Amino acid sequence: MTEPIADTEPESLAVLAETAKGLDQAEQPTVIRPYGDTTGDGMVQVSFTLPMTHGPKAEGAALQLAAKMGLDPAMVVHAKGLGGRQSAYTFFVVYGRVAHLVDLDKVVVREREYPLLAAKEANLVIKRTLRRKLVVLGACIGTDAHTVGIDAILNVKGFAGEKGLEYYREMKVSNLGAQVTVPELVSRARKDRADAVLVSQVVTQRDAHLRNTRELAAAFREAMGDNRPLIVVGGPRFDPRMAEELGVDRIFGRGTTPGEVASYLVHTLTRTLTLTKETVRAR
Amino acid sequence: MTTGSATTATDRREVIHLDRRLVRRARTLAIRAAAPVISLARERTTVSVERAVLRLAGLRGADPTTGDGDIPWVNRVVDAVRDQVGLEHGVALPVWHAMHEGGHASLLDLAEAVTAGTARFELPTDAAATRAHNAATRAAKAGLGQIDRNRATRDRLIRILGDPPRRPWVYLIVATGDIYEDIPQAQAAARAGADVIAVIRSTGQSLLDFVPEGATRQGYAGTYATQENFRLMRAALDEVSRELGRYVRLTNYASGLCMPEIATLAGLERLDMMLNDSMYGILFRDINPQRTFVDQRFSRMIHARAGIIINTGEDNYLTTADAVDDAHTVTVSQLLNETFAHEAGLADWQLGLGHAFEINPDLPESFRLELAHALLARHLFPEAPLKWMPPTKHMTGDIFRGYLLDGFFNLVGALTGQGILLVGMMTEAVVTPFLSDRDLALQNVRYVLDAAGGLTEDFHPPRGGFIESRANQVLAEAVGLLERITDDGLLNAIADGTFGITKRPADRGKGLDGVFVKAPGYDNPAVTLMEADLGGREPS
Repeated sequence: MTEPIADTEPESLAVLAETAKGLDQAEQPTVIRPYGDTTGDGMVQVSFTLPMTHGPKAEGAALQLAAKMGLDPAMVVHAKGLGGRQSAYTFFVVYGRVAHLVDLDKVVVREREYPLLAAKEANLVIKRTLRRKLVVLGACIGTDAHTVGIDAILNVKGFAGEKGLEYYREMKVSNLGAQVTVPELVSRARKDRADAVLVSQVVTQRDAHLRNTRELAAAFREAMGDNRPLIVVGGPRFDPRMAEELGVDRIFGRGTTPGEVASYLVHTLTRTLTLTKETVRAR
Repeated sequence: MTTGSATTATDRREVIHLDRRLVRRARTLAIRAAAPVISLARERTTVSVERAVLRLAGLRGADPTTGDGDIPWVNRVVDAVRDQVGLEHGVALPVWHAMHEGGHASLLDLAEAVTAGTARFELPTDAAATRAHNAATRAAKAGLGQIDRNRATRDRLIRILGDPPRRPWVYLIVATGDIYEDIPQAQAAARAGADVIAVIRSTGQSLLDFVPEGATRQGYAGTYATQENFRLMRAALDEVSRELGRYVRLTNYASGLCMPEIATLAGLERLDMMLNDSMYGILFRDINPQRTFVDQRFSRMIHARAGIIINTGEDNYLTTADAVDDAHTVTVSQLLNETFAHEAGLADWQLGLGHAFEINPDLPESFRLELAHALLARHLFPEAPLKWMPPTKHMTGDIFRGYLLDGFFNLVGALTGQGILLVGMMTEAVVTPFLSDRDLALQNVRYVLDAAGGLTEDFHPPRGGFIESRANQVLAEAVGLLERITDDGLLNAIADGTFGITKRPADRGKGLDGVFVKAPGYDNPAVTLMEADLGGREPS
C-alpha cells in the first residue's frame, strides 16, 4: 500500500538554504503552490477520520475525499481502525499533489489595528512607557449577574488557553464582580485612577446591553470628561462596529481572548502617551 | 473503614535519597502552616455546606416556578433559612423543626412551602431541638448509608472485574458539552485503553453558586456537573467495565463555589475520583479564601467517606509560573494538600497529588530536571497515587513536536512510578481533541509503557548526581518557602501573592457572603456522624 512519496535525491541542507536565500532575493511570485521537496510540486499531507470500518472500501472512500479536496494524485499512506477491532471509524494519512494555486494578490488579511503581544511583551511595554502599573477595573453592570465574560478575561485561569489579565505583572486588576451600579463604577475608577474600565454584558433582554452601555459612556463623560479612562465593553451579542455609536472606545465580541484585550489596552494606552504628552489619554 | 482498593502497587525501593531532616522539617512546617486555617474551617460553615446537608438528606430537583426553573430546591430552602433565622446554627435544626411543625411529609414538601411563602423557620429549643436533631441525624445517616453502599459496590466490582493491569492508570478527558455525546466517547475511550474517564466541566461552572439539575446537552467547552449526568455516565462506564473485564473509574470536579455539594453528589452516584485542591479556587478563580477552606474541609470529609481518590491541582501553578524556578511551590502545595487531606480523614492511597511536565523543552537538561522533580514527589509521598499531568504551556500548535513531547512525558511517568497519568494531547491549545488525536495519544502511552515500563529496574541515578541533587535542592527551597509561610500565616501569604502572582486577601473574592461563623449549638448531623466515624480526630 505504501509507496515512496517522491523519488527525488535527498537535498542537502546547504542546497535548501541556498534556495531559500534565492527565493528571498527574487521577486515573490504572485501565484504559488505548496512545497513538498521541490519547487512547484504541490505536495501536501492531510489526515482525517471517516466513520466506517477499515478495509479496501474505506481506503477508496479516503481517495475519493482526497480527490474532491483537490489532491491528484493522492496516496493513502496510512489507514487504521480507531479504538480496536470492529471499529466504526478509520483514520487516514494521505499525501498528494494539490491541484489548487494560491493567488497572493487575492489574499486579504483582516488587519488588527494593534499587534498581539505575549504577556511578557505587554508587561515590558507598560514598564517602559507608562513606568507604573496599568490600572484595570472590571465589572458587570446593571442587573446582569453573568460574570462569566469578565471573569474569563480577568481571572488568572483565563480563557482559551490564555491567562487572564490578573496574570500580567504590570497590570493592577480589580474585578468588582456582578451588579455594580454605574455611579459606583465611576467613583471607583476615579479613586483608583483607572486607565481602563472593562464591562461585560450577557443579558440582552430588550437591548439592556445597549442601554446600559450608553448609560455607562454618558456617566463617565459627564463625571470625568476627557480625563475618563478607556472604556471597553464585551459580550456575545455585541457588534464590535457599534463602539462609536455607543460612546465607548472598543467593543469585543464572542470568542475574544484575554491576550487580545491586553494587547489592545497596552497598544492604545501607551500609544497615546508616546504620541502626545500634553493630551490626556483616551481619544 | 476498609483499606482502599487502590493501594499503590508502586515499587517503593528508593531511587534517590532525600535528606531525611529536610523531609521531616517540611512536614512539620506544613502542619504548622495549616493549623490556623483548619481551626478557621472548623469554626465556620457556608451556604454550600448547608445545602450539601440537604442533598445528603435526599432533597433533589429544582424549583420550576422561579427564574428559568434552574434554582435548586436546596438553594431555595437554605436561602429561606438564612433570611429568617440565619445560618449560624446550621440548617438542620430549623429545617427539621419546620418539617415537624408544618406537618411536611418530605423535604420536597417543605421546599414547595418555601416557594409558596408559607414555610416558617425558627430555631427550636429543648425537646423540640432534640426532636429536630434526631430527625436530621436519621436523614443524614440515610445519605451517608447510600455513600457507604456505593463504596462497597465499587470494592465489589473491582474484586469481580479487576483493577487496570498496571500503573500508571491511564486518565483521559472527554467533554463535548452534551452528556449523551460524552457517553459513547467515554465508552470508546475505555475500549481504547483508558482506565479513568474525566468529564471536564462547562466553563465557569465553578463560579455558579448552585448545581444545575438534570441531564444537560449544552455546555461551554465542557459538560455541566449535575447529579443526573453523574448517574448516566457511571451507568455507562459500569456497562463498558463489564464488557472489558476491568473497572473503569469516573472523575469529575469538586471545586468552585459548590465544592461540598458536588462532592456529596459524587458520593451518592459512585464517582471514583474528584479534582479537589485546597487553594486552586482562591488563586485561579478568585473565590474567597475562607469560603474555599471551609468548603474544602467538608468536601474532603465526604471524599474520605466515599473512598474517592482526590486529584490536586498543582499543575496549575506551573502554567503561570516558571516550572524550574518555582518547582518548589508545587512541593509546598502538595504538602499543604496532604495536611488538609489527612485532617479531613483522607488516607494516603486517596491522595492523587498533582504535578506536571511543564519545563520549557528548549532548556538544556529539561528532561533530567523533569525526572528529578517527578522523583522528588514520588519519594516525598511514597504511598500516594501521584497524578502526572502532561505539557500544556509549551504545546505550540506544532502537533508533531507536541507528540514527541508527550512521549517524553509518558517516559517520565513510566520511569518514576506515577499513579495516574493524564494522557497528553498533541492538539493541546489548538482544538478539542479529535477521535483520532485521542487514539494517537493512547498509542503513545501504550508504546512507552510497553517499551519502557520495566526500565525502573535499571534506572539508578547516581548518588549525589544531577537528579538527586536537584530533587534535594527543590525540597530545600520548599522548606524555605514553608518557613516564610509559617512566619507570615498561610492566609497572609495568600493575601500577599506568595502563590502564583495574584494577591488574594482573606476578606475579598467571591462567596464570602456565604460564610458564617458557627454559633454555640451549631448542628450539622452529617459532620458529626463523619467525625465520629473517624474517631473524633483532632487536628495535629
